[in-house]
Amino acid sequence: MSNRVAVVGVGQTKYAAKRQDVSMAGLLREAAKRALDDAGMGWSDIDAVVIGKAPDMFEGVMMPELYLADALGAVGKPMLRVHTAGSVGGSTGVMASHLVSSGAHKRVLVVCFEKQSESNATWALSIRLPFTGGSVTGAGGYFAPVIRAYMRRANAPDHIGIKVAVKDRLNALRNQYAHLKLPDISEETVRESPMLWDPIRYLETCPSSDGACAVVLADEDTAQGTPNRPAWILGTALRSEPTMGAGRDTVNPHAGRDCAKDVYAQAGITDPRQDLDCAEIYVPFSWYEPMWMENLGFAEEGAGWKMVDDGSTSFDGDMPINPSGGVLSSNPIGASGMCRFAEAALQVRGMAGEHQVDGVRRALGHAYGGGAQFFAMWVVGSEKP
Amino acid sequence: MTDVLVADHAIEYTYTRSTGPIIGAFLAGLRDKRFVGVRASDGRVLVPPAEYDPVTSDDLTELVDVADTGVVTTWTWNDDPVAGQPFDRPFAWALVKLDGADTGLLAAVDVPRDEMRTGLRVHARWADERVGAITDLACFTAGEGEGVTQGTVGEPVAIVETPIRLDFSYTPGVAASRFLRSVEKGEIVGQRCPKCQKVYVPPRGACSMCGVATDEELTLSGKGTVTTFCITNVPSPGLDPPYVTAWIRLDGADITSMFLIQECDPKDVRLGMRVEPVWAEDKQPNIGSIKYYRPSGEPDAPYDDYKEYI
Repeated sequence: MSNRVAVVGVGQTKYAAKRQDVSMAGLLREAAKRALDDAGMGWSDIDAVVIGKAPDMFEGVMMPELYLADALGAVGKPMLRVHTAGSVGGSTGVMASHLVSSGAHKRVLVVCFEKQSESNATWALSIRLPFTGGSVTGAGGYFAPVIRAYMRRANAPDHIGIKVAVKDRLNALRNQYAHLKLPDISEETVRESPMLWDPIRYLETCPSSDGACAVVLADEDTAQGTPNRPAWILGTALRSEPTMGAGRDTVNPHAGRDCAKDVYAQAGITDPRQDLDCAEIYVPFSWYEPMWMENLGFAEEGAGWKMVDDGSTSFDGDMPINPSGGVLSSNPIGASGMCRFAEAALQVRGMAGEHQVDGVRRALGHAYGGGAQFFAMWVVGSEKP
Repeated sequence: MTDVLVADHAIEYTYTRSTGPIIGAFLAGLRDKRFVGVRASDGRVLVPPAEYDPVTSDDLTELVDVADTGVVTTWTWNDDPVAGQPFDRPFAWALVKLDGADTGLLAAVDVPRDEMRTGLRVHARWADERVGAITDLACFTAGEGEGVTQGTVGEPVAIVETPIRLDFSYTPGVAASRFLRSVEKGEIVGQRCPKCQKVYVPPRGACSMCGVATDEELTLSGKGTVTTFCITNVPSPGLDPPYVTAWIRLDGADITSMFLIQECDPKDVRLGMRVEPVWAEDKQPNIGSIKYYRPSGEPDAPYDDYKEYI
């Protein structure tokens, strides 16, 4: 990227099963206003607005960005909508950063959301087309076989998924915006929870949330004058691959490995486990933590689960993963990737509150979507590159 | 040339939409047979109301009562109404600027074709049963109404139900149609990529990895190996849990296909299990004609044989 870009504002709604007190626009606006407040800006300071959300079927409003222009101060300004399934929160951040790095705009408002309570995502993801038998139900039905394949490939013990489920929920207790608050969670309660899509148990899945997450991105001159410390974007990358391809590795997707390699090269990271201080990654089913540890190069192939088992990925570990509680604790689908990117920024800004990891200088934000075929990542740092 | 299959396909759902305080007040007004707008920063009264100012983006909060009578500012004639529209006979769609409002409200107008015109004075005709939804306004009709209803609006409507139905004419395309026609004959055909030589089942007409068309067809035995699977315990349309969905590498294919596994206790399904298809007696051009897969009784395939196909 040519011009430096920084995250100068972050705003989130409280994530909840149902936010029926507000309209869709009201929900986005709550996050957007908080991000503007953090950035010390008003609507008129913004040059362009970028919106991200997952499939329109989730709320049944086609092209919601059209109706959201007033609510987000986009009238008379460029407005874009990005869509890459579950990774959209990440790719929206990346696309918005390009508007600043290219020099096109100086201050860009980025807002991602989902209002899952308006419908049922499992229904929307299980539409049976004519001529097909159709037997997959929801995202769990799609990803469970991939997880089983990982367990076999890595010879991973059954309790790994359970440990991640407990760890992320305990982290969520530190996060004021997290949806699930399960203070009494234990390996026992996760193990005893219903097996939904064997090998995925109920407490190993993400919740269904309403919520929005926003960031304000700014150019270097603007970032040096904002009230709070900026998070400098050190690298951004996107990669995709087909859902169904002969020879495709669904467990350890090539696109994810390439995306990580690209973003690390831009950020000057040679050993991610050494050079990054924490990461917020997209883990909607607990087993995706060890799987992504390998895909992102934090562990050798087949060894990702050992990082979970020895506590490396816990809040006090050497590589804290999802100190916010992650997608397992809050899942406004279209915003879930943006939450990861925003939480990474909060960590390097020292503004993550009770879930602040000590001394974070560089952090990774990661999102994936579709059949684990879209990847979006950014690395942010506390020091100007 | 293959006859390409086509079928009707409908997606239907009733969404529950939360309205927020401003739209909620507007809907509550309709329930009480009255119109509520909001005052914008430039003094205009917006009906239907906006939550946020279209110019400044500020929150809008000042609700304003307007009349049930107004003027048609523009219109179009709808000769062929479709299901769900206000009338099943021809009618007008119009923007109606109510007295006291500065913007137009889109609604049906029930007047004869030759009486419809811009500038026509119209008033609201209300639905007999009103629930706090836009459909409480049945339509507008010619002439003067009651004017402005003053006073406090009832409790804002918090949620509206929005039934949505989309009708499609769906075609699976040339390659899948050929595959489905083979299924109708009790055969499973795949297509080989001329570049990487990998075999796709069902064929997609192109190799997703190489991006080239796949023309060469070959018929497979139908037997295969379970490479991974899921035991689903959640309810699903037409399937009683628990049921097993497996990714099966059919012999000769280089990609897995998803099928149900039956005639087998879910607990006994395993990676490497050899399976064979069970066909429906009345075969259709539908993947469902392969009712499910069942254990073939052959010895399990070694892991190295299928580990690349996940």
